Amino acid sequence: MKTGKGVRAGQYFALLAYLVFLAFPFLWLISTAFKPARELGSLHPTWIPKDPTLANFRQAFDEQPLLDAALNSLVAAVGAALIAVLIATPMAYIMARHRTRLAKAATGWVVVSQAFPFVLLIIPLFLVLKSLRLINSVPGLIMVYVVWALPFALWMLVGYVRAVPAELEEAAAVDGAGKARTLVSITAPLLAPGIVATALFAFISAWNEFFFALILLKTPEKQTLPVVLTHFLGAEGVADLGPLAAAAFLATLPSLVVFAIIQKRITGGMLAGAVKS
Amino acid sequence: MTLASATKRAAKPRPPQKGRPVDHGAWFLVLPALIPILILSVGPLLYGIALAFTDSQSGRTEPTQWIGMLNFQDLVHDTLFWHSFRIGLLWAVGVTVPQFLLALGLALLLNQDLRLRWLARALAIIPWAMPEVVVGIMWRLVYNADAGILNETIRDLGLGQGRDWLSGLATALPAVIVVGVWAGMPQTTVALLAGLQNTPRELHEAAAMDGAGAWRRFRTVTWPALRPVALAITALNFIWNFNSFALVYVLTSGGPGGRTRLPMLFAYEEAFRYGQFGYAAAMGCVLVAVISVILAVFLVGRLKGGADA
Repeated sequence: MKTGKGVRAGQYFALLAYLVFLAFPFLWLISTAFKPARELGSLHPTWIPKDPTLANFRQAFDEQPLLDAALNSLVAAVGAALIAVLIATPMAYIMARHRTRLAKAATGWVVVSQAFPFVLLIIPLFLVLKSLRLINSVPGLIMVYVVWALPFALWMLVGYVRAVPAELEEAAAVDGAGKARTLVSITAPLLAPGIVATALFAFISAWNEFFFALILLKTPEKQTLPVVLTHFLGAEGVADLGPLAAAAFLATLPSLVVFAIIQKRITGGMLAGAVKS
Repeated sequence: MTLASATKRAAKPRPPQKGRPVDHGAWFLVLPALIPILILSVGPLLYGIALAFTDSQSGRTEPTQWIGMLNFQDLVHDTLFWHSFRIGLLWAVGVTVPQFLLALGLALLLNQDLRLRWLARALAIIPWAMPEVVVGIMWRLVYNADAGILNETIRDLGLGQGRDWLSGLATALPAVIVVGVWAGMPQTTVALLAGLQNTPRELHEAAAMDGAGAWRRFRTVTWPALRPVALAITALNFIWNFNSFALVYVLTSGGPGGRTRLPMLFAYEEAFRYGQFGYAAAMGCVLVAVISVILAVFLVGRLKGGADA
């Protein structure tokens, strides 16, 4: 199909406008993070810092326990991602391969769990975790994150399992391999990339999560990065902009890196799901 | 986060599946996930609904009692709650509609053979990867009255002195809505792009041969194929946006004067600042009920419209 030159130019212009809209807040965050306090106080802020400095980063680490927070975030996100994938993969396999009432109920739960406001979930969870003495503890948070990440993990994994031809498993069975043997040596290797992508996505979701962490983690030394970041804001919105921007920038880097790795797979996996189901 | 369920719900025809009987090994595979789901999701949800009919409060020593519909009766007369509810609807519609239109435009562009498309695709999903708290912080820097880039641009263009966007009574809600639209663009774009790539290319080319213009091709070829995905992602976006919390918590904490106090912020404060667990749970129930009704009406209406077309 031929597209006219004028139309093409218009398309590039529109695309540029989109990119500006999507990218400028992030560029401004980076710019603010490297500006000295003097420049932040001036009434004519510039895009490029005149006197770039790392002082904001140093100050951010002095003001808030960022390293502890990053460690808590890391433990919570890795723990949640590993456990979620470990328990979701077998279930997703059953959901994809067997059409039973249980599989249907599980699919229904995946959908319904999206519609429930978290506030209705967190009040009872808070009470339950409190009675188990798991409030203000990272393991308690991991438990919540696992269940919270499950619907999406199940959905992604069901798509990946369906992409593995059942005929392969049947062929292995014909060749005399037992059920367990087939799963381990035929299905698992083919599923591995999908499992990794699912785990990384669960990692990002947990790393970025705020609402549950805000409610469940009370003391600063237990809190995760997003919660600690809000401490920079202070009362009445008076914030020390430089350190705030520096800390926010650092907190985003891990998610961006992981997202860059799985970006293709997520869009691809969704496409596969759309075609298959 | 479960964007993908959009595509799932969208795709209607299910392939015939092999109805193999479930053996005991299957239970062994299902239980590790089923038990946490029952204990930490299904159970708490039912417990949460039950709490709505009690006078449960935080840190109270007396036993909690059943009080029937009392919470709901109070809620009906709670003008602050309904005010917050209206703001929630304004916000959810105000975010979901532009989100869809802008994402559709971007998805159509990314579906073209433009140069640097790969770069555009990568950049377009950056907001998806960011923590909501960071998105909120970032936009606070943009909106900042003195050091923000928005006011500086306005001053440069000679359009006045700018204003304090997030604390102005008139500007706060529109300002947070812009952030909401920005934050949800990538998911919507990716879902629509996935839908676009499933539309039959040959049909498109045939329509072009027959002399159909771009708009007609969109209406007769692209849109019918895209519709299911579009409906699903819009419905999901509406739910997610209505239930949104972190963005506005960081941007305004519900201020100024409650102008941006979304229902989730309201319920959060009721539960975890004032300790009224039972009352907050009742709010949660009302929100679920109303959202379900709105969505049912929306989806039934749309699906019927599809059958007529």
